Amino acid sequence: MKRLLIFLLCLLPLFVYANEAKDMADDPVLEKRMIGLAQNLRCLVCQNESLASSHSGLAEDLRREVREQMTKGLTDQEIIDYLVSRYGDFVLFDPPVKRYTLVLWYGPFALLIIGLIGLVVQLRKRKKDIVEVQLSAEDAHRAADLLNSTKD
Amino acid sequence: MMRFIWPFIVFVGLAGFLYVGLGLNPHEVPSPLINKPAPAFNLTQLHDPSKQFTSEEMKGKVWLLNFWASWCAACQGEHPVLLALSRKNIVPIYGVDYKDNPMDGEGWLARNGGDPYTLIVTDPSGRLGIDYGVYGVPETYVIDKQGMIRYKQIGPVTNQNLRETILPLVAELQAK
Repeated sequence: MKRLLIFLLCLLPLFVYANEAKDMADDPVLEKRMIGLAQNLRCLVCQNESLASSHSGLAEDLRREVREQMTKGLTDQEIIDYLVSRYGDFVLFDPPVKRYTLVLWYGPFALLIIGLIGLVVQLRKRKKDIVEVQLSAEDAHRAADLLNSTKD
Repeated sequence: MMRFIWPFIVFVGLAGFLYVGLGLNPHEVPSPLINKPAPAFNLTQLHDPSKQFTSEEMKGKVWLLNFWASWCAACQGEHPVLLALSRKNIVPIYGVDYKDNPMDGEGWLARNGGDPYTLIVTDPSGRLGIDYGVYGVPETYVIDKQGMIRYKQIGPVTNQNLRETILPLVAELQAK
């Protein structure tokens, strides 16, 4: 009896499956366009998920909104502007280049350039620090002797 | 000694950035609607579904617009603060029962100590919420006499928020 129960419990996970976010796919072309757009938009509730994949109530509402605007004939850019005017640039996974995003966009390149300059400066300085050792006449003579002696 | 100075300065700079960054709340997204006209609406009233309410009626007044719902846990914490505020009669609080069943909304108010709102409209589809950029209830907007949004409180209003930010702002806007 106990074994049977355990066996049945083991079967339980078979009935569990992940579901896609609920959608009203009346028009597959429109749905595809909506998903394509929503993949680049952030869900504000679960912030690292896209609007396309989120299950939150707000994401469902926003998908519905995007769908409706698409059926009304708005362009993707107009829909993005609509959402940005309400939720700010934060909804975009690809933030626009603005004064306050300059560090975000160009900071890494600036750091790279600073690093390269530092490297070049260091290498130059090191080159200067290496002193060429001049052999004295006596040492040169000894070296020549040694070289000659090993020849035999 | 000098060779340690620059790495040290860089470290302090970076640590400073990270320290400030850790202190920020990523769930507080600055609203682009601040200092913009509050989206107009004309919605059904919660207590009397036969009547509509339009935001046009609020022209010339400073008011608060509070999004709440019976399913919203944080709203329960906020509710006593709003009740206390409404008793002081400083500023009218208008409510939006956001993505809720009107019956549940009514029941929730009865269970949680009463109704602090001058008037409540219902937004069952959440469309008004989208217009206002609501992404987590409760959210509260301070709207001025010209119908401009002057402040947005994301999350529950607390006594501290009221004292330090909202009430001084309301007094300033009312004096204008």
